[in-house]
Amino acid sequence: MQQIANWALNIAALRGATYADARIVAQRSRALTTKNGKVGSASDSESVGMSVRVLADGAWGFAASENLSRAAVEATAAHAVEIARASARVKLHDVQMAPEKSVTAEWATPYQIDPFSISVEHNIDLLLKIDSELRGVEGVTLAETNLNFNREESWFVSSEGSDIHQTKYTTGAGYAAYAFAGNEIQKRSYPTSYGGQWQNKGYELIEELKLLENARRIAEEAVALHRADQCPEGTFDIILESSQLGLQIHESVGHPIELDRVLGMEANFAGTSFLTLDKLRHLRYGSDLVNVVADARQEHGPGLGTFGYDDEGVPAQCTNIITNGLFTGYLSSRETAHTIGENRSGGTLRAEGWNRLPMIRMTNISLHPGERPLSLEQLIASTDHGILMETNRSWSIDDKRYNFQFGCEIGWEIKNGRRARMVKNPSYSGITTEFWNSLDAICSRDEWTLWGTPNCGKGQPQQVMGTGHGAAPSRFRKIRVGSAFKNS
Amino acid sequence: MLTQDIAADIFDRVKKLSSSDEVEVFLTGGRFSLTRFANNTIHQNVAEENHTISVRAAFGGRTARASSNKFDDESLRRVVEASESLARVQHPDPDLLPMPDAREAAGKANGTADEGVRVTPSRHFASTAETTPELRAEGVQHIVTVADRHKLTTAGTYSSNEWVEGIFNSRGLHRWHRQTSAEISITMIGGDSSGWQKANSPDAANLNPLALAETAAKKAADSAQPIELAPGKYTVILEPAAVLDIVGFMFWDYSGTSILDQRSFLTDRIGTKLFGDNITVWDDVNHPLQSGSPFDGEGMTRQRIPLIENGVVTRVVYARATAARMNRSEYKESAGPIDPTGHGFLLPNETGEMPVNIVFAAPRDPQTLEQMIASTERGVLVTRLWYIREVEPYEKICTGMTRDGTFLIENGRVKNGIRNFRFNESLIHMLSNVTTMSLPARSSGEESMDMVVPAMKIDEFNFTEVTRF
Repeated sequence: MQQIANWALNIAALRGATYADARIVAQRSRALTTKNGKVGSASDSESVGMSVRVLADGAWGFAASENLSRAAVEATAAHAVEIARASARVKLHDVQMAPEKSVTAEWATPYQIDPFSISVEHNIDLLLKIDSELRGVEGVTLAETNLNFNREESWFVSSEGSDIHQTKYTTGAGYAAYAFAGNEIQKRSYPTSYGGQWQNKGYELIEELKLLENARRIAEEAVALHRADQCPEGTFDIILESSQLGLQIHESVGHPIELDRVLGMEANFAGTSFLTLDKLRHLRYGSDLVNVVADARQEHGPGLGTFGYDDEGVPAQCTNIITNGLFTGYLSSRETAHTIGENRSGGTLRAEGWNRLPMIRMTNISLHPGERPLSLEQLIASTDHGILMETNRSWSIDDKRYNFQFGCEIGWEIKNGRRARMVKNPSYSGITTEFWNSLDAICSRDEWTLWGTPNCGKGQPQQVMGTGHGAAPSRFRKIRVGSAFKNS
Repeated sequence: MLTQDIAADIFDRVKKLSSSDEVEVFLTGGRFSLTRFANNTIHQNVAEENHTISVRAAFGGRTARASSNKFDDESLRRVVEASESLARVQHPDPDLLPMPDAREAAGKANGTADEGVRVTPSRHFASTAETTPELRAEGVQHIVTVADRHKLTTAGTYSSNEWVEGIFNSRGLHRWHRQTSAEISITMIGGDSSGWQKANSPDAANLNPLALAETAAKKAADSAQPIELAPGKYTVILEPAAVLDIVGFMFWDYSGTSILDQRSFLTDRIGTKLFGDNITVWDDVNHPLQSGSPFDGEGMTRQRIPLIENGVVTRVVYARATAARMNRSEYKESAGPIDPTGHGFLLPNETGEMPVNIVFAAPRDPQTLEQMIASTERGVLVTRLWYIREVEPYEKICTGMTRDGTFLIENGRVKNGIRNFRFNESLIHMLSNVTTMSLPARSSGEESMDMVVPAMKIDEFNFTEVTRF
């Protein structure tokens, strides 16, 4: 692979590029699903290719090809330089890149069991057993399950001398039970919705998730929601379980801190950010309890944002994003670091595959757990009147990341420290900074989970990326509940 | 670029490697280029060439798929083996049909007796395929010049693509589609406002970056110093991009599989009048303003299907196996016409099918956007919607935000820009309260597929919150 990369880098230099990097990526994935007692889909896929990113005349060019022959690789590199020169026709300034020490490195996801070593028969058998449990509950009208395994091997070589080889494994699993009756469709998912839990792990994740053990409860809840009262509308204290809070972090912290958004680079599609540069180290983002990090290091855990090096050769790092409620850091890259006075990238540039340009992406954006021991049950017991909400059902936020609205699959009204009744269609909404400033309790480490979001979309052409979000159940005071169903 | 002859040769090589009862090959790929600009600078500029082979093996009721982007002998052998080994361990599926032959795939004449057989127009334009980075940069320069003249900042994209799609199976079916496309999307940004425009076409010559830039700039200028309105029910005028982005959320439900799964909002509602008299919608791949290939994931010809006629939900679309299942189901008598319609996804899958070439019928009395504004005493004009998600699946309540040009209309004129609203609106309610429409036009948004769709004036649109800008 080194030789292929060198073909590209040599041509880029000959054509006048002042910087070039080449990435060769080989991806393998397996997706298995079932629906109502039958296999829904069973597919394997492989994709291998290379890309060249260059700076010429002070502007970027990028070209990618499936073809790894010498002629094709050299033509791709030459095309990247041609594209960069075209970019330079419409520029105000030359691109600046923060310095980065070159490195030769190997990195791989630690795992116990290679997920591709487990037979398809075994996996389908597991999914069909879960399916059977779900549909064994009267009232369940649709059951869906999924298992997903990915392996990505990449080689990064730059004109500055870096040579990095990484191998990442990702495993995901989940299921959902639907119940249709009358004029209503209710749904419950496990471990969370939209594909379940995903981590950078081997097959051991599947064994840890206790999928089969939770299936009957989830199915019964889907049916029971039809008998539940509509979630009341008004202002309530709310408690979010950790997967919903993970998505809340993703949308209202993770995206606004992307420095490319802040600088207007995503204005046409994903949007910009309310976190303008003047707010760094000045904005009170949340209450004193709020401590958020962007941590791509293995020691943070096996999140979908865990790696050894990003896709421009910068080592994984931990950046303090919110410190005791104060906004203290952005997600940055070599190109953008100087705009916040940093002389080094925060190491967050990642690409979906060999054919996509790396861009600033969330790593593991995690809320630290509370320092004092506090379980979810203790948190509920300390709440006079509120709504506990579990498992995301809908999510939406404006293009500067101020106003958000989330719907959840199930809720519980809490009265006098106890779950008083199940409620259906719970939703809440607010303004990002007001919401985080209303946080008054976070459960402790033993309630903390590093959730995976496998489907974060950004960029043009759009790229889908996995991100990680550690969270423990937390309480927020005086939040708007139920606007989603107001007058509709 | 992959050609039809090369593709046929690849299929022959796959057939020789295959030991399954039946084998299908789906090939797709091409050249994709996109120039991206922000802060009046080209900041990202990419090109890609990639082709994928996807092999489906079938052994009497068992099927599975494997794909690769490599076409050498060893890679083809691996992808065939992967599809066969996955297929062999499946449980037999009594609903799996033999692959269609060419005769079955051709389907019935694709049109009414009055129309005759309708032919898909050519969607490949050599000049679009040959668009260079320099030509795209020139287009971006024009857009930046407009931004500079209006003292605005601009961001957006200019892309040009050429791709192919082909399907071959061991029962003699072979279908091939070749297409180009070009797209321009522009955001103009002022101090406290923004405006947006987007267009695409198979032929780049149909795109006018200067005109799009001027319209986006005017929206940014006109929405400066936005005022805040209280949330509530308003008369709204949704421009076509806003209409398609929200109505796109209901077309997943126009699927036989979705009805059988009981997760469609049309379950128990086919044949009922769900929307206003003025709503008639077709799925029609051959419409001159539509795009895409004329066959589905099994190679079946996409039929022209009436989905809504004068507000009545007429029917849904079907893949072959879904139609067979529906004919054996409890919904057989209430599901409307049941036939394979050529809207299936690649097999195997769990979602079945979906209409993807939506065309709204022209209203009896079309009005221009200007006429709609002039006849509005008080209302809200919406350029674009954003981050739309389904809140409640059976009443089809969707939430989302307005974005990049939201205006107060008073006494027949655009009066002010306003801060952006969050809406929570039922699509059933919305399409029952459309009072006026423009002539449908090919339009492009960000949250749903491109459609031929009108602007709509709608009573009692439900805005529930307002944001800070």
